[in-house]
Amino acid sequence: MTLVIKRIASLRGPKKLNRSFTVSFLLFVVLAGFGAFMALPLIYAVNNAFKPLDELFIFPPRFFVNNPTMDNFFDLIALMGNSWVPLSRYIANTLLITIVGTVGHILLASAAAFPLAKYRFMGSKALFTIVVLSLMFSPHVTATPNYMVMSWLGWINTHASLIIPALAFPLGLFLMKQFMEQIPDALLEAAKIDGANEARIYWSIVMPNVKPAWLTLMILQFPALWGTDGGSFIYSENLKTLHYALGQITQGGIARAGVGAAVALLLMIVPITLFIISQSSVMQTMATSGMKD
Amino acid sequence: MQGETTVSTVKGSITPKKKAGLAYVASELKRNKTLYLLMAPYMTIFFLFTVLPVLFSLLLSFFYFNMLEFPRFVGWQNYSRLFLNDDIFMIALKNTLLFAVITGPVSYIACFVFAWIINELSPKVRAVMTLIFYAPSISGNVFFIWLIVFSGDSYGYLNGFLMKAGFILEPIQWLLDEKYILAIVMLVQLWLSLGTSFLAFIAGLQTIDKTLIEAGAVDGIRNRWQELWFITLPSMRPQLMFGAVMQITASFAVAEISIALAGFPSVNYAAHTVVTHLMDFGTIRFEMGYASTIATVLFGMMLGTNILVQKMLRKIGE
Repeated sequence: MTLVIKRIASLRGPKKLNRSFTVSFLLFVVLAGFGAFMALPLIYAVNNAFKPLDELFIFPPRFFVNNPTMDNFFDLIALMGNSWVPLSRYIANTLLITIVGTVGHILLASAAAFPLAKYRFMGSKALFTIVVLSLMFSPHVTATPNYMVMSWLGWINTHASLIIPALAFPLGLFLMKQFMEQIPDALLEAAKIDGANEARIYWSIVMPNVKPAWLTLMILQFPALWGTDGGSFIYSENLKTLHYALGQITQGGIARAGVGAAVALLLMIVPITLFIISQSSVMQTMATSGMKD
Repeated sequence: MQGETTVSTVKGSITPKKKAGLAYVASELKRNKTLYLLMAPYMTIFFLFTVLPVLFSLLLSFFYFNMLEFPRFVGWQNYSRLFLNDDIFMIALKNTLLFAVITGPVSYIACFVFAWIINELSPKVRAVMTLIFYAPSISGNVFFIWLIVFSGDSYGYLNGFLMKAGFILEPIQWLLDEKYILAIVMLVQLWLSLGTSFLAFIAGLQTIDKTLIEAGAVDGIRNRWQELWFITLPSMRPQLMFGAVMQITASFAVAEISIALAGFPSVNYAAHTVVTHLMDFGTIRFEMGYASTIATVLFGMMLGTNILVQKMLRKIGE
């Protein structure tokens, strides 16, 4: 028991000011309890993907898998070849939308953030204020007129309808601008003396210095595009996304439950893996996320 | 937030320049040509799909428009219909306000409290705990797991557990019973809500100046609660303001989760929200004028609440 308490005590790192051990211990118990609430559904999703069919429908339902199997994934591969539109097509669509949307967003948002962070010119403050105001309402507000704009542009039923609006996601510009503000002006001055114009300074001085912010914009943009089901914009089967296919598979009922669990795992594992890789960069960027007054 | 201060300074700086007029604008554009060009792609898309739609929506809320006929001006008729003759909107409004006053503040406080506890941990454990709390918000559709938990038959996780333990004999139709639907959607919404603001809080806590805490200890701060109130919260003000915007906007925008869990429309509109009402008219009935009225009201609620809360938060520690 004492060993356990010592282990737990070591978790909180070096001794700090103003901390009593009892309160720390109680707070960590609370944290562990809520942590379990947060994690259990995800652990359950992982377990489900490896359950054979009879275990998926056992009564009373079981949380952990007893005889793990890869059957669901093999079924998924078999289904990929058999269906009318092969599953690989949905995966390719999702990858295209996600990669173009994310990379494009990082490029456009950083190009727009740099002038706003480092220069004062006509309209700079007004533009940034509008971006901040746009954080204060959700995209649902603009969904109806957007549909009309898309239809006038002739973008309904094209991937552009999903990719293009995502490029100008306001939160990305906001975080990028806040992060760029901490680049020392001396660095930019030096480049200017060497004869570089603003575009060149942006590309060869600023961009390499804001790598943590690239990853942050990626982690915020990626899950949204990765999880899109095409909304009301896409109706051709061969343009639809993986998330949409998952909905179709799970509607296939009991026979498809195993495959559904496998696809769900695939859909969830990718954004989580990306976050694990980029976590420390994301934290660095978020430290500058505050709204100054 | 920059809102107020910016508007006043920009106004002040533009007034004298107006005398120069177009010539000034032209010279300014020319002088900063590269900067404007850098911003052009983003700003074009941003105005096309965010700024113009808001203005367009505002305008269209005074029209009858079904995408086929030419729009017909109807004055305030859409608004009077919305507030006086649309019982379902009233249910949607009530539910949305419930989300705003319950899940909004609860998720905001949860983001901060968990971030605050996690910040005490050693770096490795901190990274793991951050991942566990943040993961639900980026794992997208995984909230369908909750459908299995609350499934109405005896295979549902909660029903199975309660029946085995002997609390109930018959399975409960969790997602079809008006008594439970809204509470379940709120629970899942909270599960998903430790997102960007949570990360901002953890990051903010780590940047607090350690010498402030040492100086505080000299000045008589004895425990973590005093430290939290007198040092941590005031130093975190920028992140707290940013987090408030994120959580408020999200709590007014509940829709996808309600649809995924309770269906569209939900039983007796028990989980209907302003956004699902908007979707109903905008993407199913194609009453674009009326949908724009709903969108405008939603816009007003979100922006109004956000600006109000920003003003309140700015007062902390002043």
